[in-house]
Amino acid sequence: MSLVLPAPDISRALTRISHEILERNAGSSNITLLGIPTRGAHLAKRIAEIISKIEGVPVQVGTLDITLHRDDLRMRPPRALMPTMIPSLGVEDRNVILVDDVLFSGRTIRAALDALGEIGRPKSVQLAILVDRGHRELPIRADYVGKNIPTSASQSVIVHLTELDGADEVLIEGGSE
Amino acid sequence: MKHLLSINDLSKVEAISILDTAQEMARVSDGPMKKLPTLRGRTIVNLFAEDSTRTRISFEAAAKRLSADVINFSAKGSSISKGESLKDTAMTLQAMGADAVIIRHSASGAAQRLADSRWMSGAVINAGDGTHEHPSQALLDAFTIRKHLSKGADDLAGLRIAIVGDVLHSRVARSNVLLLSKLGAQVILVAPPTLLPVGVESWPCTISYDLDAVIDGVDAVMMLRIQMERMNELFFPSAREYSRYFGLNSDRIRALKPDAIVMHPGPMNRGLEITADAADGARSVIVEQVANGVSIRMAVLYLLLAGSQEIGATL
Repeated sequence: MSLVLPAPDISRALTRISHEILERNAGSSNITLLGIPTRGAHLAKRIAEIISKIEGVPVQVGTLDITLHRDDLRMRPPRALMPTMIPSLGVEDRNVILVDDVLFSGRTIRAALDALGEIGRPKSVQLAILVDRGHRELPIRADYVGKNIPTSASQSVIVHLTELDGADEVLIEGGSE
Repeated sequence: MKHLLSINDLSKVEAISILDTAQEMARVSDGPMKKLPTLRGRTIVNLFAEDSTRTRISFEAAAKRLSADVINFSAKGSSISKGESLKDTAMTLQAMGADAVIIRHSASGAAQRLADSRWMSGAVINAGDGTHEHPSQALLDAFTIRKHLSKGADDLAGLRIAIVGDVLHSRVARSNVLLLSKLGAQVILVAPPTLLPVGVESWPCTISYDLDAVIDGVDAVMMLRIQMERMNELFFPSAREYSRYFGLNSDRIRALKPDAIVMHPGPMNRGLEITADAADGARSVIVEQVANGVSIRMAVLYLLLAGSQEIGATL
């Protein structure tokens, strides 16, 4: 197992992503951050904290569970559902930024777009990701990337966050590097 | 978990996970889009060999909200009324490719028989078998109680719940006693001795013959329907006497604790086990029970059908 992103790098990446989101959307007044459980939800919360510190106003942040929209449900045992929490202003006509930890096949994000479409019609949907590891199976790309990490398909990328795992780190396990 | 046949088959953790899943499903039902693609392409058969309004419609609504195809099959108007056996009916459903069968039957154990047989390979969900069990009803009752009274806890620890009336013929009562006690609640059965089944003293609950002695100490009171259609002898002297001793009326509503709730699995005999003002009053959650039933049944269908059974599904 090798460490590819230590805690200070993660924090710098999140700060940069926060600035990029503000720049692209001309401020925080019309943005809604939605984290995909479990780790994406914590990352969304952190980005929201950074943005509200920069702007001095609270940011709309929530979670979006995509389990019921997955296309691989039949291939696995049933999964527990995670909470979906849409912030007070909803998603209608907002710039929604989906937040997740790792972008891999792109299937999670496809499911997230379906789940979002059921809640309302955002003005735009953007994607912020901590690690882009490649190997896309769908035409999906991220708007904000913490770090691009080239991997082989046999490796796995493990994201640890302080809220859940006691430390911030991104590790690569297995395969040939 | 491949089937839902009896509350006995569920562990406390599994029961809580069904309730948690139902909570997320309720969010879908409250939202603007009431349909999810989750069970697209699955076929669910409602096999109702006994009359039902809310359970059948509730399962049908739940299946449709998850995009499954639903085939309704009732005894009246089908070959069951010509005397076709459960086995032949099951094999017919298997040949049509049913992924799940929701069965209601007047014989206790019918769902178990269907699940144990090799007649069909799909999931079996017990929607009431004779006087044995009705697990999805107990789950929706537990869900309703948890929502109103658990103060954020995920189980029902410390709550006192009275189940009043025709326990003898009630599969709802049996499933509820098992589930509510499993979730940590204290259950009190209140009924005349003639309406209690043999062996009730071994159930995980206490028994009282006096509603007025119990009513001011409970957090929820669940009234049971007097099941006239199953009564072939006289269990109480008169309907008036039964209502006076065991019916829920406005005097007894006033004796309840301030935040206690009134429940009934339906259909109600208004004026017999519950008066109209008790059924329609501010404490009544009877209509909400029906709405919660759809969420619970969505959760059960999702957990039984969405994943792969080949991988040895764990709940």
